[in-house]
Amino acid sequence: MRLVVASGKGGTGKTLVASNLAAVLASEREVVLVDCDVEEPNAHLFFPSEEKTLPVLTDVPAFDNSRCTHCGNCGDSCQFGAIVVLKDRVLFFPAMCHGCGGCELVCPEGAITMEKRSIGHVAFSTPRSGLVLITGVLHEREVMSPHVIREALAYASGHDLVICDAPPGTACPVVETLEGADACIFVTEPTPFGLHDLILAAGVAEVLGVPSGVVINRSMGDEGSIRNLCRARNLPILMTIPFDRGIAEAANSGQLVTDRMPGMKDQFLKLFTRASALPGVR
Amino acid sequence: MMVCVTAKGPRPKDPAEERFGRSPYFLFRDTEGGEWSAVANEFADAAGGVGPRAAQVLIDRGTRVLITGNVGGNALAVIQAAGIEIYLYRENGTAGDAYQKFTSGQLKKFA
Repeated sequence: MRLVVASGKGGTGKTLVASNLAAVLASEREVVLVDCDVEEPNAHLFFPSEEKTLPVLTDVPAFDNSRCTHCGNCGDSCQFGAIVVLKDRVLFFPAMCHGCGGCELVCPEGAITMEKRSIGHVAFSTPRSGLVLITGVLHEREVMSPHVIREALAYASGHDLVICDAPPGTACPVVETLEGADACIFVTEPTPFGLHDLILAAGVAEVLGVPSGVVINRSMGDEGSIRNLCRARNLPILMTIPFDRGIAEAANSGQLVTDRMPGMKDQFLKLFTRASALPGVR
Repeated sequence: MMVCVTAKGPRPKDPAEERFGRSPYFLFRDTEGGEWSAVANEFADAAGGVGPRAAQVLIDRGTRVLITGNVGGNALAVIQAAGIEIYLYRENGTAGDAYQKFTSGQLKKFA
């Protein structure tokens, strides 16, 4: 089973939920936690441990100037604006290249060959018994986060239970993380932004056909608007986490609330049971 | 000499546009004379990679001078490599006003 913890809005508590869920389940079975928030991965903060890393490579074209006739076919074919052909030279912007290889196919002179370029890395660690942490890291100045996410997820495939800490938002990185998942937990907060972005994110999961439920974080008991939305959209509320100083202190000092507050452990186990029982989950 | 002005609409009486890559229209005029011509920017709302692709539009039309308010890093690399000069117009006038200011030598050249 692959379970994604997503949110729409940033800073609602995705990593709090994903990390605690993974830690609690790891005491009973083997769990792989994949940090798919590759632009700012932070699950590792809760699991300090020695890491091994592997590079994430992408294909980029290399141009043979002795063969190039500056016909412009490669620039015309590039859907990402990564190649501009001038009269006497070719300008290439590696960070914008999606590595599709279209330019190599359309070059009539055989002047383009694909090469490898590192855009990020994947880190592996086993911070506690039963838990493997896989962290995708996109390097600074790079933009192809879906590529790094795909690679991080590929290392986790085949495992019985995979929990993914998704990036915020609703764009390509989130789609990459959610696509093909068995279930999704949306973490939201009772603010207008939390509500607004939950609506957008829930729409993505709906289009992708991923059964979803909601965790309300920082609850002060006044989240009627979120409850109304969940009712209208048929999104079960799986858990409510109170707005509590103890929880904030634990998280801010890099501790798992399930380690510090024993009562939380059962709540996260229940969260998993409920998410597994969402209608449509295999 | 072919000059391009970024504009919010297809006519010289439409307001000049400050952004280059996401400018709705590129208006062209030859300083030797002739009529204005307009090209709608098909990349104006694209997700990314707009700068270099918009610059290619200018290159394809033999542009020598670009009048706009601001140019992003990737577009700048292409425009400079192509030897196109950039002049900055950041007032609230029309594309025609911007062109007039350029021909009368009142616009600052972008370093």
